[in-house]
Amino acid sequence: MDYRSLGLKVGIEIHQQLNTGKLFCSCESELSDEHHKEFVRRLRPTQSELGEIDRAALEQAERKLQFRYQTVPSSCLVDADEEPPHDANRRAIDAALEMSGLLSMTPADEIHFMRKIVIDGSNTGGFQRTALIARNGRIDVAGKTIGVTTICLEEDAARKISEHGNEVLYRLDRIGIPLVEISTEPDMSSPEETRLVAERLGSLLRATKKVRRGIGTIREDVNISIAGGARVEIKGAQDLRLLHVYVEEEVRRQLALIEVKRALRERGAKQIPYEIRDLTANFRETRCKVIKSAIEEGGRVLGASLPKFKGLLGPTDNGVKRVGPEMAAHARVAGVRGLFHSDELPGYGVTVAEVEDVASALGVEGDGAFVIIADQEPKARAAMTKAVDRANVAIEGVPEETRDPLPDGKTVYSRPLPGKARMYPETDVRPILVDEAVLESIRLNLPELPEEKASRFVREFSVGREQADMLVRSGFEDEFELLARNLGNPGVVARIYLNTFAELEKMGLDPTKVSVETVREVLTGLNRGSFAKEAIPQILASIIENGFTVERALQTLGVEKVDLDEVRAVCERVVREREQFIKARGEGALGPLMGIVMKELRGKVDGKIISEILSEKIRRLL
Amino acid sequence: MRYSGLIGKLLEDAGADLGDMVEVRKGKDVYTGVLMPHHEFSDPSIVTLKLANGYNIGVRADKETSVKAVSKKEERARAKISLPQDPSKKDVAVISTGGTIASYVDYRTGAVHPAISAEELVFSAPELMDLCNVRAKVLYSILSENMKVHHWQGLARAIAEELNSGAVGVIVPHGTDTMGFTSAALSFMLKGLTGPVICVGAQRSSDRPSSDAIMNLLASTRLCVESDLGEVVVLMHGDTSDSYCLAHRGTKVRKMHSSRRDAFRSINAEPIARVEGQAISFLSDYSRRSKGPVEVLDKIDGNVSMLHFYPGFEAEHLDLIADKVKGLVIAGTGLGHVSEEILGSVRRAVKKGVHIFITTQCLYGSVNLNVYSTGRDMIAAGAVPLGDMLTETAYVKLMWSLGQTSDHDEVRKLMLSDIAGELTTRRFI
Repeated sequence: MDYRSLGLKVGIEIHQQLNTGKLFCSCESELSDEHHKEFVRRLRPTQSELGEIDRAALEQAERKLQFRYQTVPSSCLVDADEEPPHDANRRAIDAALEMSGLLSMTPADEIHFMRKIVIDGSNTGGFQRTALIARNGRIDVAGKTIGVTTICLEEDAARKISEHGNEVLYRLDRIGIPLVEISTEPDMSSPEETRLVAERLGSLLRATKKVRRGIGTIREDVNISIAGGARVEIKGAQDLRLLHVYVEEEVRRQLALIEVKRALRERGAKQIPYEIRDLTANFRETRCKVIKSAIEEGGRVLGASLPKFKGLLGPTDNGVKRVGPEMAAHARVAGVRGLFHSDELPGYGVTVAEVEDVASALGVEGDGAFVIIADQEPKARAAMTKAVDRANVAIEGVPEETRDPLPDGKTVYSRPLPGKARMYPETDVRPILVDEAVLESIRLNLPELPEEKASRFVREFSVGREQADMLVRSGFEDEFELLARNLGNPGVVARIYLNTFAELEKMGLDPTKVSVETVREVLTGLNRGSFAKEAIPQILASIIENGFTVERALQTLGVEKVDLDEVRAVCERVVREREQFIKARGEGALGPLMGIVMKELRGKVDGKIISEILSEKIRRLL
Repeated sequence: MRYSGLIGKLLEDAGADLGDMVEVRKGKDVYTGVLMPHHEFSDPSIVTLKLANGYNIGVRADKETSVKAVSKKEERARAKISLPQDPSKKDVAVISTGGTIASYVDYRTGAVHPAISAEELVFSAPELMDLCNVRAKVLYSILSENMKVHHWQGLARAIAEELNSGAVGVIVPHGTDTMGFTSAALSFMLKGLTGPVICVGAQRSSDRPSSDAIMNLLASTRLCVESDLGEVVVLMHGDTSDSYCLAHRGTKVRKMHSSRRDAFRSINAEPIARVEGQAISFLSDYSRRSKGPVEVLDKIDGNVSMLHFYPGFEAEHLDLIADKVKGLVIAGTGLGHVSEEILGSVRRAVKKGVHIFITTQCLYGSVNLNVYSTGRDMIAAGAVPLGDMLTETAYVKLMWSLGQTSDHDEVRKLMLSDIAGELTTRRFI
């Protein structure tokens, strides 16, 4: 796709947790599974002086939620909004200033914390504390300069655990962890550029050594627009490797919606009137499980006609989703589980006859379509209004909105774009003066840049330049350095983090479960000659899969105290002794020879390893 | 706060006032934003601007700095609001005195202002108007640490006026720091209450979505409209959760935490009532509404002091204070003790006609000066133990008693009789 000609503009906002302890209290910045007391709160939107209420805030408040908070060993009254914030954490401020130094930004002369109103319960106070640290920076990626608008320091929100009915459960372990927020200008014009910028920012952040590591410690918001489309914010992407996919998918989605708009205009589509009909009688005998159970629970089936929408609700020929799923996502805000639209019917147990009945009951004509929702009446009615609203918006084109990222690289509507955040000063926190002395000490202590580090790896550990660059980008540069320095074998260490981890992931295993201590033990074992390096992937796989210790994994795999050179020697001898046999049987000789080798090694070695070595030797002979 | 020094001069020369859009230029750096007030803890060289992105930033002014006024602040007209009157609903009076609950934040500057009108206060909780007709009045706009004795008198009179003219209850939004003193004073000053008088506060300001103000106000209103309570109470959160509120007897309540929502506790007593959602449940005996009219006994003599005894307390200090006052409440240790050294001071003071009353700094439990010889010596010196009365309540009551009578023995008699539930003889397990 020619992204430039599509007018693609992408900006990102990166949120990185710091490991400096919480921002406004003395609690540790660690997550916890251990939780104790709970308390329950409600939040109200507060009016501005002019009586305005933020539209996103209003949508949240309409749901009249109550919030339950679990406290953890490291939560205190500050987290619970029961004690004023303490002075801002100096180490966190320094980390943000360091980062601003790395991005050539102009820092504030004095830092002032603000309260940003957020009433989804993720902040116990109903606002998030945030401060502008520096402005006007830049980052150079692949020969292009990308503007860095601002760097802010803010407190992370509470961790959402679950949502049942009108109650949302949060845990207080994450609240108050400092977050460095870096916002770029919308200067990126391709998915690839987006990926490179995110990677670069990530490696600079890691270079400060003040960041938390692991899943969820870095989150990205991606702002995407194309010409004729609209600004859409994908909020909270955690898997950076999917970032460029989100951009690609969003471009596809917006193109499809622009096409829908064009088609609707061509057909002369007008605003759809809100004529919601009760169609329950048409579904008395239905075999559609969803509708049937809704009726049995006392619900109603409501329908609305969507003139001119035929064929524009379902996916495109290339499988790009269009208006139907968007309407469903809006309907779900009202609490229903979903909807059916005519492009997907008959189906889901809804028969041709039922579709025809509904179409005639709703007066659907030619290129018209319809939508039905089955649920308790008030809920279904509210949902239908939202769904029809969304259909009407399709006539205008692509709406601005916030979307949630999904693990497959696609996204789903979550809420309107927030209005300009309501921010007012956090008067409980003292302003922090950034004087020349502070800046000088930060300048003198700026961390090693990623490219400097890569060069040093090449120099000190004799790894290849490409491998060194990959290590720095991978996020495992610190682990690599630590292990290679203490245990040698830099090539093996690099391979574990760059290749083995990727292989493990392909097998459906989560390599982040492998701690640096585990790798250290594995390497120690390797150095002792307990096994050959070829066994490392299996050992790690077994550790992840079964939760084994290294020792246990070795025992189970039977690779304990095996010298792979010995295995090779045995295979070599067996092959040489039976050359004739092999030449006669070809690769079919493997089976019989396996038995012989296994017997000689008395089961000490995993058959898979023997089979690999043996078949290689057989192939070579042939 | 205003700016001074170099930046003050630059702003003045540019004709820039707080709230104006200004441009501050420093070399190649240009900052355009709304001029914010100077924060008390901000460096004197710093000017604070609110940028277009909503953030405040501090910019240091130096010799290279220039300031230009871009545009004047827009005056925003606040809509005039009036309270609806529904003849089918009862009247509840809201007499505001100030404090966190009656303040609002200017979101533009972040400055906390007292509510200009009681209407504003009520409009922050429009649900109140579903329950009653609100008669709202701002009597004072002060932080509760600035409350003085004469404020209690004015408040008592205003409350009586409202109750005697048909209000079914009076809600008194009040700063929490000294709310217990005010509730005690009102308890003594108001006799024959025809409805509840509810001192209510907030530990989180109402600019925050998490404020406790609204729930406390709503529970207070419910108690006014739907109960037969005829007492002065303090009503606040009963728990850190937004689950229920507790009404505490005005003479038996104390702020026991500097910041939590459930800071107020009944001491040596059960709370009077619990309000959870729409449900009111009474937890202990209480006085019911009288037929009225409400009588005001607001004479008071402020020439009284209270002090906390501690190891190392100098007898001379006590002498100095006793020289200036008509009465003194001493919070003694444990059962109510003071050291032998100051026994002499007590004796001298009493001889001169100064009332010396003893409470316990333990808060929980009663004074008893019979158990140890020190206590017996204190009695002999003329100190009078006040049972389980809270020190602050005793201090307020002593002022009030001195206002009621000039007879020395009568004062003592008043102090030792239970006027408003301040003295209890049984403390439950």
